[in-house]
Amino acid sequence: MTTAEHHHHDDQIGHIVPVKFLTLICCILLVFTAITVWVSRYDFAEINISELNIIVALLVATFKATLVGLYFMHLRWDRPIIGFIFVGSILLVVLFVGMALTDSTAYQPDIVKGDTPKVAQAIDELKH
Amino acid sequence: MMSTSIYNTDASTTDNYLNHTKGVFSWLFTLDHKRIGMMYLVCVLTAFFIAGVFAMLIRFHLLTPEGMFMTQDQYNQAFTAHGAMMVFLVIIPGVPAALGNFVLPIMLGAKDVAFPRLNLFSWWLWVFGLIFFLLSLAVGGLDTGWTFYTPYSIDKTSSMGGVIPALAGAFVLGFSSIFTGMNFIVTIHRLRPAGMTWFRMPLFLWATYATAIIQVLATPVIGITLLLLIVERSVGIGIFDPAMGGDPVLYQHFFWFYSHPAVYIMILPAMGVVSELIAVHSHRHIFGYKFIAYSSIAIALFGFLVWGHHMFTSGQSPLMNVIFSLITFSVSIPSAVKVFNWLATLYKGSIVFNAPMLYGLSFIFIFTIGGLTGIHLGTLATDVHLHDTYFVVAHFHYVMMGSALIGFIGGIHHWWPKMTGKLYNEFWSRFAAILVFIGFNMTFFTQFMLGSKGMPRRYATYVDVPELQIYHVISTIGSVIMAVGFVITAIYLLESIFRGRKAPRNPWGGRSLEWQCASPPPWNNFDEQPVVGDCYDFSVLEWDDEEQGYHWKEGVAHPGEEESEIE
Repeated sequence: MTTAEHHHHDDQIGHIVPVKFLTLICCILLVFTAITVWVSRYDFAEINISELNIIVALLVATFKATLVGLYFMHLRWDRPIIGFIFVGSILLVVLFVGMALTDSTAYQPDIVKGDTPKVAQAIDELKH
Repeated sequence: MMSTSIYNTDASTTDNYLNHTKGVFSWLFTLDHKRIGMMYLVCVLTAFFIAGVFAMLIRFHLLTPEGMFMTQDQYNQAFTAHGAMMVFLVIIPGVPAALGNFVLPIMLGAKDVAFPRLNLFSWWLWVFGLIFFLLSLAVGGLDTGWTFYTPYSIDKTSSMGGVIPALAGAFVLGFSSIFTGMNFIVTIHRLRPAGMTWFRMPLFLWATYATAIIQVLATPVIGITLLLLIVERSVGIGIFDPAMGGDPVLYQHFFWFYSHPAVYIMILPAMGVVSELIAVHSHRHIFGYKFIAYSSIAIALFGFLVWGHHMFTSGQSPLMNVIFSLITFSVSIPSAVKVFNWLATLYKGSIVFNAPMLYGLSFIFIFTIGGLTGIHLGTLATDVHLHDTYFVVAHFHYVMMGSALIGFIGGIHHWWPKMTGKLYNEFWSRFAAILVFIGFNMTFFTQFMLGSKGMPRRYATYVDVPELQIYHVISTIGSVIMAVGFVITAIYLLESIFRGRKAPRNPWGGRSLEWQCASPPPWNNFDEQPVVGDCYDFSVLEWDDEEQGYHWKEGVAHPGEEESEIE
C-alpha cells in the first residue's frame, strides 16, 4: 500500500459513538463525583487511616479521567500511537512532579526558617 | 503518472512566491509558508542585531577591571536583555521557524504546512513577543538574567519595571513555538509524499520533528511557570517567594524542566541543517542515516531527564544531584553518534569548501568542544567549582552560539539561493565564515580560561583580579572580529539580492525535493506531489556547465518512473 493510499484511509471520519452510550458514561462520572463528595464527609482518622479521603478521591479522579480519555476523547477506538502519546505525556508529568517533590522533600530539613544569623547581620549592616 | 514537469522551473522563473502577489499586506497576512519563513528570517535577524549590540556593549565594558561605561544596574540590564532576546527571540525560533517554515513543506513536496493560518498566527505571536520585550526595556528594563530566577524576579523593591512585560513576552513566544511545533508534527505525519517513508525523510526533517516534540511537550511548562511568576510578583501568592512560605528552588525545577529541553530545541534543528550541509557539500551519501535519525529522537527524550544538572549548587538534594549527573552523561552518546557519522560522511567525500561547508565544519569543531566541556559541568565535583563562572558562559556559548547559531547561518547560506533566487559572493562568504570562526573562538575560548581561574559570570567589574584583564581584552578583540564577519555577511547577502547572479535550480547538487523546484520556488511549490527516492543518493545528479548547477542525469529514471516501469 502506498503512502498516499494509507493517508486516504486515515482521512476517514473518526469513530462515531452513540449518544446513549455517551450519556451512560456521563452518568457513571456523576455517580463517581457523588462518591467523592460522600467519602469526604467521613473522617477516617477514627480508624487511623486519615489519608484515606485523599486516596479515595485520587483513585476516583483517576478512574474518571480514564473514562473521559477512553470514551469522550475516543482513545478507546483511536490508533495506539495516540494512546501512547497520551500515556507518555502523563508519565512525563509524573516524572517531573515526582522528581521535583522528591527533591523538595529531601532538602526541607536543611532550610533555616527566617534569616540565618549571617544574613540578619548583613541586613543590619545595610540598614545602618 | 509522473513527468519531469512537476519539477517545473521554467514557467516559475517569472512567477514565483516573491512576486506572485504584491503589497505589504500580501506579506503580513500571507498564508504561504515561504513568505512566513522569510518574515521570520528578517525578524529573527533583526532581533539578532539588537541582542548583538547588547553583547558588544558587555564586551567593551569589560575591557578594564573597573568597567568602561556602564553602572552595575545598566550592566545587569545589558546581559539580561542580551540573553533573553538571544534565547527567546533568536535561537529558539531561528532554524525551525525561519528555515523550517521555508524548507520543510518543499522537502515534503507539499504545497504548504498542515495549518497555514496557525502558522501565520504563530508569526504574529512572535511579533507581539518582541513588542513585549522592547516594552520591558522601555519601562525600566529587567536585571534578573534571562532565567528570571526568584527571588530577583519577585523583588518588588527593585526599580526594574520590565520584569512583567518580559515574562509576558516569553509567555507569548512560548505559544508561538508550540504552534510551530504542532504544525510541523502534523505536516510531517500527514503530508509526506509517495515514496517518502520515515526512513527516507531528509535528516533535517527528522531533526525538526524531534524538535517539535520538545516544543509541544515542554513549552507549556514554562508557560505555566511564567504565569505563576507574574501572579507571584503582582499579587504575592507565595509559591516561589520564601518570605511567604514559597520555594525558590521549586522555581528552578519548573524553569529548567522547560529550559533544558529548550537547549535541544536550539541545537537539534541546527544538527539537522549540518546533516544536510555535510552530505550535500561533500557529495557523499550520509553515513549511518538511521543512527542520526534515532539520535535526534534520543536527544529529545534524554533532554527531558537532565534538567536538575542546572541546580547542582542551588540547594538541590544530594540524591537528585547524583541521579541528574548520571543521566546527563547519557546525552553525550547520541550527540557523539552524530559527530562520528558526520565525520564518516566527510571521509573520502568530494568536499567543497564553500561557505555552507565551512559553517558545517565550524559547527562540528565548535560543538565538539562545547559538548566535551559539558562533561566538566555534568560532573558534580568539578561543577561545584565551575558553576556560575565564565566557564559556564563559554560552554553554553560554544553550544548555543557556536553550534546552534552557526548551524543557522550555515543553513541560511545553504538555502539562500533557493530563498532569493540569487547567488552570493563566494569569496566574501568564505572570508566571513573564517572570520566568524576565528572571532568566535577568540571570544569564548578565553572565557574557559577566565572561568577556570575563578572569574564569576554576571560581574560588571573585576577590580580585585586585574590580572584577568588580558583575557577580557582578547575576548573583546575576538568579539569585534566576529562582529566584522557578521557585518560582511549582511552586506554580501543584501548585495546579492540586488546584484547577485541568478541562482540555478540546484547550485550545490542537493538531492532532496527543494532542489528540484525552481529558485525561487513557485507559489505552489510543485504542480503535482512528486515521488521521492533516496534523498542522499547523489549519483543520479551531474553538473551542467550551461545552467551552472546540477541536474538529473540523462537516461536515469526519476523515482516515480522507476516504480511504474517495475510495475
